[in-house]
Amino acid sequence: MEKSIFKKVLDRNTIKRPIFLNSIKAFLVGGTICLFAQGILWFFKDLLNIEKDKAISLMYIVIVGITSLLTGIGIFDKIGQFSGAGTIIPITGFANSMTSSALESKSEGIILGIMSNMFKLAGAVIVAGVLSAFIVGNVIYLFR
Amino acid sequence: MFARGKNSIEFNNVFLRSSATISGPRERKGPLGKYFDDSYENSYCGEESWEKAEIRLQKDAILCALKKLGLKIDDMKAIVGGDLNNQIVATNYASRDFNIPYLGVYSACSTCTEALIVGSLLVDGEFGENVLVVSSSHNSTSERQFRYPTEYGGQKPNSMTFTATGAGVAILSSVASPIKIRRATIGRIIDPELSDTQDMGRTMAPAAAMTLKQHLEDFEIDINEYDLILTGDLSKYGSEVFLQIMKEFNYNVTTNHNDAGKMLYDLENQEVFAGGSGSGCISLVSMGYIVDALKKGIYRKVLLIATGALMNPIMIAQGETIPAIAHAISLERSKQ
Repeated sequence: MEKSIFKKVLDRNTIKRPIFLNSIKAFLVGGTICLFAQGILWFFKDLLNIEKDKAISLMYIVIVGITSLLTGIGIFDKIGQFSGAGTIIPITGFANSMTSSALESKSEGIILGIMSNMFKLAGAVIVAGVLSAFIVGNVIYLFR
Repeated sequence: MFARGKNSIEFNNVFLRSSATISGPRERKGPLGKYFDDSYENSYCGEESWEKAEIRLQKDAILCALKKLGLKIDDMKAIVGGDLNNQIVATNYASRDFNIPYLGVYSACSTCTEALIVGSLLVDGEFGENVLVVSSSHNSTSERQFRYPTEYGGQKPNSMTFTATGAGVAILSSVASPIKIRRATIGRIIDPELSDTQDMGRTMAPAAAMTLKQHLEDFEIDINEYDLILTGDLSKYGSEVFLQIMKEFNYNVTTNHNDAGKMLYDLENQEVFAGGSGSGCISLVSMGYIVDALKKGIYRKVLLIATGALMNPIMIAQGETIPAIAHAISLERSKQ
């Protein structure tokens, strides 16, 4: 009897999350990050005449560097709270998950803390990446 | 002491002789900041890790409560306490240097009232004259244990609560003092079959309602017996569910209810989402503000119902739901 009362009241009071507004924010911030990264790529490729593959790697280094710096000085989580998927989905999210895990674990020392925990969140992304690369690679090899 | 009804205890001779609260920086800036004995400007509290910071908060609060009475730790017969860390590590380490009997208790954010009940039982059972009760939480130790790294940039929903940084201490005693501890109700585990770890306020609301209902039935008292029924930490959304469930039980709680999670912070201007949580939240509010208000006569009788979501990330990952619990204890002016 009590369980049905709890269920009734809880169902009546579900919390609506602002999905539409969050999507807009994610699109705008995520898009701005991509635009900025594209600008960096052009800078390396066309202004400094670096070949494309190396320019892409340099662009990643810049974005990851900026993200890690912003995480370290405690700003990135505030941006992430505003933009949601906009900063977590691009490589910024990957960099942030590693830097934040490393920062969090520094009190347990370099080996047991930082090195053991740095991939705590990012590990899932790496496993997913390696696994999908393996599957797609095999498919291409077999059916090319 | 004697048993009342199904789940309750009435104490004969237990008083709250002294109390102390030490908070973190954000709690100091909140509406109740002026009621805390001391606070730290930085959440590291001068220590090198957050766990050590929480230990520092507890130790400071223990020494502060003793200092107010001019007593030493050896005058305490026992320490009863807990926190939110694995193996209640903050309380274990805070008590390490005090060479007196120690009981660690855990019921998530309702650890505060559970410790008060166990402490009161010891005093009323004549184990000793004074028993020291402590509970705490720290935002960053909780975040890393239950959620994500503090600097992780994932988006938190509105239903999320903010774990309070702070420790509260009560010295319970058989020596007559202005505040008496009279009634307690031990909660049962209530599982409303929710599993959203970012929506714990609503998860705990049924447990709070069941404990209050049982308390009123066991003591055969009216809802208006208390000037204030303080739940903690249901926060914004959980409080609404709590009030509606009580209404379904035909109890109209409105004017004499408040929630520690809503009182500790300025919900409009401090970024705490739905409000405060953690065993430190109701400890700070009750041992800081409520004790002061009782002494001044703003309240005569207050019922504390601390609520705990007994959440474990491993069980949630295994597809389990979150059980919740709430323990109640009353604080009253000894001369009405």
